[in-house]
Amino acid sequence: MSALNYRLPALSPRFIPVWRRNLLVWRKLAVASVIGNIAEPMITLLAFGYGLGSLLQQIEGVPYIEYLASGSICMSVMMAASFESLYSAFSRMHVQKTWEALLNTPLELDDIVLAEMLWAASKAMISGLAILLVLFGLGIGVHPTTLLVPPLLLLTGVCFASIALIVNAIAKAYDFFTYYFTLVLTPMIFLSGVYYPVSQLPVWLQSLANMLPLGAAVRLVRPLLLGGVPEDPVGDLAILLIYTVVGFYLATVLTRRRLLK
Amino acid sequence: MSILTVNHLKKSYGEGADRHVVIDDVSFALKRGECYGLLGPNGAGKTTTLRLCLGLTVPDSGQITLVGYEVPRGARQARMKIGVVPQMDSLDPDFTVEENLLVYGHYFGMQPSQIHARLDWLLEFSNLANKRHARLGELSGGMKRRLTLARALVNDPDLIFMDEPTTGLDPQARHMIWERLKALLATGKTILLTTHFMDEAERLCNRLAVIDHGRMIAEGEPRDLIAQHIEAQVVEVYGDQAIRWAEQARALAKRVEVSGDTVFCYTQHAEPLLQNLSHASGLRYLHRPANLEDLFLKLTGREMRD
Repeated sequence: MSALNYRLPALSPRFIPVWRRNLLVWRKLAVASVIGNIAEPMITLLAFGYGLGSLLQQIEGVPYIEYLASGSICMSVMMAASFESLYSAFSRMHVQKTWEALLNTPLELDDIVLAEMLWAASKAMISGLAILLVLFGLGIGVHPTTLLVPPLLLLTGVCFASIALIVNAIAKAYDFFTYYFTLVLTPMIFLSGVYYPVSQLPVWLQSLANMLPLGAAVRLVRPLLLGGVPEDPVGDLAILLIYTVVGFYLATVLTRRRLLK
Repeated sequence: MSILTVNHLKKSYGEGADRHVVIDDVSFALKRGECYGLLGPNGAGKTTTLRLCLGLTVPDSGQITLVGYEVPRGARQARMKIGVVPQMDSLDPDFTVEENLLVYGHYFGMQPSQIHARLDWLLEFSNLANKRHARLGELSGGMKRRLTLARALVNDPDLIFMDEPTTGLDPQARHMIWERLKALLATGKTILLTTHFMDEAERLCNRLAVIDHGRMIAEGEPRDLIAQHIEAQVVEVYGDQAIRWAEQARALAKRVEVSGDTVFCYTQHAEPLLQNLSHASGLRYLHRPANLEDLFLKLTGREMRD
């Protein structure tokens, strides 16, 4: 049994009906969901942006609120993808037994993991786009280069959904996710240049910070949203892709070990 | 050809000293159109057998052929022709009755038009036509079970796996499920049923197997099995004096078992027992033919299982 668990994930369009199922459920609660997903980051943005911004004026040559907005949109996508792949996926897998019902049909577990990953990424991108619209309203990000932002938000969602599904696969109960949020995601936010430049950190911490996926997403999205170009697009895309591929592979293997016993 | 064949199936969990055999050399074959029962106490290996047959877990050894496909290799194709009623409710709580069926049909690659063509019949069959647009929260336990049954029929399966389909239902709801299952059998469907309700097995199953500790310990038609393993008549004796009376019973019955304050006497001829009991005071008794429960308890013992 063990050797079979380690084979590569089977990617197939069979995931589509499962993805559509999640979309259908979401559509019933869409308004509340989007408001919930954008309210929290917008409140933070306005509070810090105007509150702290009045003290800081400019950071790396841009007004603080724009600096913060361009970083926190990545953070929001990360959080939305993680929440969906943890709490929501866990309730479908463990509590509602939705996955069990799916496995009795001509679907494989790999189809379900792929569907959950892409669904979480899609949902995260939807809230990222909603935030982007609000930013346009504030006059932030109105540049042609912003057209490149949505695909990057999707990739960010794909990356964090994949990582979160690893945590989902090993969780015994919802409580476990608190560790992931407080011990992994929260420190990552402070190391990824969302609120302040990474150059403010001690040098040894900077080299660690430069390898984190959220930092890579911020380094890609921020300049585009501010009308410029990323410094090292290939390197940062590579970081996101490596976390995605390794994360998704591990998530698939661990989920197989959990459920195909 | 048999619709499901299981040959020398073995499955164990754990390694080394923790190794625990759950399925130990089980073989059986289902004929088309029959209802075949898997009976056994909790933890006997019934659900694991179903999971193995569906290809959801890989056996240590043995062969499974399901609707012409070798499992687990061809399990995905095989499941196209299988319906499953799982033990735990796994309906989608966010959907209406109709949406549950539509969405489930998509998992089989069915087009919306194909599913819609079956929808009326499915709702009619499961007596849920007037609940078509009801949300799940509005359904009773029996209705949810019927919806689970309807969902298992979306793809028009040849063989339906039922894992304890009436556990937790009230008598009315159970009878309705039984009646629906009989209707399915009448249309030529095949059913593989696991249960620990003996009356359910006796009513529905053409043939059944008793499984305990992962081994098949008996197989056959219910009446034959009873005749083969159990004395034809049973006298159950209750009351304060029953345990003391059991001493005399041993001379009159072929086999006597005591469980709590009830004495079970198994015999081919109940007359001597009944005569004795007619003189005894402080005792109540019931004389009945042997049934599947007697067989089950004889084969698997009276101790509690968890």
